[in-house]
Amino acid sequence: MSLTSTEANGAQIVTVNADRIDAAMAIQFKEDMRSETESGPDRVILDLSLVQFIDSSGLGAIVAAMKQLGRDRRLDLAGPTPMVEKVFRLTRMDTIFNLYASLNDAVSANNT
Amino acid sequence: MAETFACSFKATEQGARSCISAVMQQLRDIDLPVNRAGDVQIALAEAVNNIVEHAYSDLSDGEIYIQCDLSPDELQICISDTGPPLPNGELPVGLPADISGPMETLPEGGFGWHLIRALTCRLHYERQADSNQLSLFFDMQAKQN
Repeated sequence: MSLTSTEANGAQIVTVNADRIDAAMAIQFKEDMRSETESGPDRVILDLSLVQFIDSSGLGAIVAAMKQLGRDRRLDLAGPTPMVEKVFRLTRMDTIFNLYASLNDAVSANNT
Repeated sequence: MAETFACSFKATEQGARSCISAVMQQLRDIDLPVNRAGDVQIALAEAVNNIVEHAYSDLSDGEIYIQCDLSPDELQICISDTGPPLPNGELPVGLPADISGPMETLPEGGFGWHLIRALTCRLHYERQADSNQLSLFFDMQAKQN
């Protein structure tokens, strides 16, 4: 699993280059997100388009990554695939995060 | 007509991954309806992860045994392990996580049983001799969640 970052419209886009975020890699993901987003723009978009599956550990790691950013920064999610979207919806975490259907939608969304 | 298969795996995080993929592949091979596969995979992953994390936390070589029975109306997945019994010998209620507080207090875990309950139509747990038997039932005729 690797994370790669680019920047667009003033936001940092972190792409998850893995097909899953699950119990076996949740801790590594959280640590990698910490280093990847240690400093940078206030708005971070996590591009999940390659991720086919997350379990509750993966969800927890994404929540942890958001908390690591702190109150003044924001973690938005882009391109969740159907199973990933389902896990967010069933846990009502889709009310906590902004989920955008595509990376383009996320990048062009206005900050509120 | 019911299709059945059984397999077993080491109760480690890597074992859990192989287990879930192998079971899902075998279910696809016996024509698990595509629109039910997502629900099954999520619930199965949560149940198996619980066993890896809790049932065998002190042991290095526990095994998980899985048997699946698929009929047109229902899929039953029976998962057994030889770890300690569930607390009070009962299935957890699986309340939804409390996400109402400030950002710093958002939970990073504890979602598993709620997900399992949301995705299955029935659960059954019993303790037999030294093993836990957890059955997940999925309605094959229902729309996905």
